[in-house]
Amino acid sequence: MANAPDPIETFRTEARELFELLETTLLDIEANPTNKELIDSAFRALHTIKGSGAMFGFDAASGFTHHVENAFDMLRKGQLAVSHELIEIALAARDHIRTLIEEPDAASPSEGEAILAQLAAVIGAPPLSLVPQQTQAKAEEAKELHTFRIHFRLAREALSMGANPLLLLKELQELGTCTTVTVTDQVPPLEELDPCGCYLGWDCILTTDQPASAIDDVFMFVIDDMELKVDVVEPEPKRLGEILMDRHELNAKELDTALDQQPKLGSMLVDKGLISPDTVAVALAEQNHIKKEAEKTAKADSADIRVPAKRLDDLMDQVGELVIAQARLRQLANSGNDVHLKSLVEEIERLSAELRDTTMGIRMVPIGSLFSRFRRLVRDLSRELGKEIVLTTSGEETELDKTVIERLHDPLVHLIRNSLDHGVGTPDEREASGKPRQGNIHLSAIHSGAQVLISIKDDGRGIDPARVRAKAEENGLIQPGAELSDSELYQLILLPGFSTAAKITSVSGRGVGMDVVKRAIDSLRGTIDISSTLGKGSEMTLRLPLTLAIIDGMLIRVGEGRYVIPLSAVEECVALSAEDDLRATGRDFLNIRDEVVPFIRLKTLFKVDAPPEEFQRVVIVSAGDMRVGLVVDQIIGDYQTVIKSLSKIHSSVQTFSGATILGDGTVALILDVPRLIELGQDSETQKKAS
Amino acid sequence: MGTVHTLQKPVEILTLGLAGEAFALEAGIVSEILDLVPITLVPNGPKYAPGLINVRGKVVPLIDLRVLLGMEQAANSINTRIIVIETLLDNEPTTIGLLADKVYEVTGIDLQAIENTPKVGMTWPAEYIRGIGRHNGGDFLIVLDINAIFSSAK
Repeated sequence: MANAPDPIETFRTEARELFELLETTLLDIEANPTNKELIDSAFRALHTIKGSGAMFGFDAASGFTHHVENAFDMLRKGQLAVSHELIEIALAARDHIRTLIEEPDAASPSEGEAILAQLAAVIGAPPLSLVPQQTQAKAEEAKELHTFRIHFRLAREALSMGANPLLLLKELQELGTCTTVTVTDQVPPLEELDPCGCYLGWDCILTTDQPASAIDDVFMFVIDDMELKVDVVEPEPKRLGEILMDRHELNAKELDTALDQQPKLGSMLVDKGLISPDTVAVALAEQNHIKKEAEKTAKADSADIRVPAKRLDDLMDQVGELVIAQARLRQLANSGNDVHLKSLVEEIERLSAELRDTTMGIRMVPIGSLFSRFRRLVRDLSRELGKEIVLTTSGEETELDKTVIERLHDPLVHLIRNSLDHGVGTPDEREASGKPRQGNIHLSAIHSGAQVLISIKDDGRGIDPARVRAKAEENGLIQPGAELSDSELYQLILLPGFSTAAKITSVSGRGVGMDVVKRAIDSLRGTIDISSTLGKGSEMTLRLPLTLAIIDGMLIRVGEGRYVIPLSAVEECVALSAEDDLRATGRDFLNIRDEVVPFIRLKTLFKVDAPPEEFQRVVIVSAGDMRVGLVVDQIIGDYQTVIKSLSKIHSSVQTFSGATILGDGTVALILDVPRLIELGQDSETQKKAS
Repeated sequence: MGTVHTLQKPVEILTLGLAGEAFALEAGIVSEILDLVPITLVPNGPKYAPGLINVRGKVVPLIDLRVLLGMEQAANSINTRIIVIETLLDNEPTTIGLLADKVYEVTGIDLQAIENTPKVGMTWPAEYIRGIGRHNGGDFLIVLDINAIFSSAK
């Protein structure tokens, strides 16, 4: 354990908070034995302790907690009543779990047995036992990384033969970290160019844990008439000149001559006609690639500074204020004619933008640290469930706000557990349906504009829409026979109290989970998309903002008031034609490319007492795959928005998620898009029903 | 209880006018007094908190005490001021702006307990009032209990 103190220490810190929460909750339950919310909260805390405990190898603690959790599940379901005795035992159990996690060596098994015996007596179950689970800590062997320099050029007529260089490049990229530079030196002048010919060459610098044969495999089908050169690169950042020499583009003497004329070696070489600009670009790309790879490994060793998160938050707040002050300054400068002032304002604008980016950068952490925590979870759980499942990950280097990453942990644990438990079947089951025995869960992260998409994809059974429908009807979530698309049905899974699992396992299926996941993602201003093919697998995609502090917004006007819509939620803006406006008095729908989109008149919603204006616009916003149109009077433009939360006094107003300060110093409210979409969909269902 | 207790030290208060009546706040919680600034209305917000204002880069809720005290609202005038205070809301320190028709002065008075004051003629909720004081031995001043106001107005 000494060689990996970090994740375990993180877990202990988290566990400490949970223990504190559990203790106060237990005491609260004792005072209000009928409060269901408190019982739920205690149950959830136990559920998380159990789950995370198993993930970090605290099997004794996890096994023990499972029994306590069971008791609380019975409380939740009303099969058991709260008694002082039970709380007494639960508190003792909490202390025992804490000992098991904080000082596993000091915990006495007999004490645990005694608590479990008492617990069994109270809940009237047969004696519970502590089954010690054997786990071997097998450290993930880090495979050795190699860097290859790949140069390839397809035959001139390759395209007409059906070769697709894009696919080849994509396959290379899948092998590892790949930097690609296109070589265009053989592209002829336009009049000589054969539009079907392939004149381009590619230089790829690939860092991978795969052997060189994997690269040959990529080119297997085109190898016959192509130019391919694969070299191994030394993993040290090299000087440009050395790289060129390695590549036989330059000899040592030529280099020395050129070096005399520093500093711009690359351009000097080009000027001297020794090499072409392309060659320099390729070599520069290689240099950068290797430098980056070296930085990645260096990151682990280099000394970091630990800073209290509070200071970062303060810094972020101050930068936010600076951005606001700068916007006001710009407005002031633009109203006058002072050229000096204007150029100074531009300078300050640039500086504050850079300062903002740097400050945000401090808070950005690669998501890989989070992903790596799930390996153990998948390994241990799949063994426990008798399944063969591997977890693959991609996009570990994707960076997002530290607070976002921290708050993503619990929802992701739930989602992965769901996939493990319900998604992927047992090896025999899989074989019977013609799939490989080994299941796969793929966890990926990718940037998409100002958002990060995190997806959990499995190749399991998929979600059965019919079962979801049956369950939803049984729970009264939808009317029998209600017309819903599959994706609308999948969204029902996220509602509280919904669980399709027939049996309870230690992994999931207690009806906690998905609604908790939804709430956690909502609080991060994210959305969840669910897609699934029955028998093929399912995919959950979380769309999250990069940061919680600053968003790109669209400034709009409704009546006199100005509001901000998060730009990431905006799909398109259309004009509200007079025709639609009139027709839509009873039915507020728009036809957007043959799709019916409900719309909300913000003027009516905000009770603005003014006649509708002549040129109304509809801003189509989306969350997940739900869309709704918002009718506004004017679209003012985009606006960098520093988010300020609303005070307790206004937290009950549900259509706003926060506020910001505009360039002229006035306050503008930020619309809560998911909430508005709910409103729009509700009115749609009502109208459908009536 | 029921005892009459007069605080030993005179209390520093800020006196203000609301719908023609004289009120006072403890001066200790007041951080600044602003002229009227642009107010952003919060659609569908609570009636006593109609909007938001910008106080030195902070978004601050603006409270209309007249609504809370059941008084008639009047249009803002040249004398209208915003009193910025710091108070606890659900144990969270919060900055709040209070709309006042007029702000007079900061002064010291001897504060008497509410039990000692006649209930007759009191049209506003008694739990919002911390006590009644006499300004320079002359007019009566109603000292508001800000904490009580915000713990009930939620």
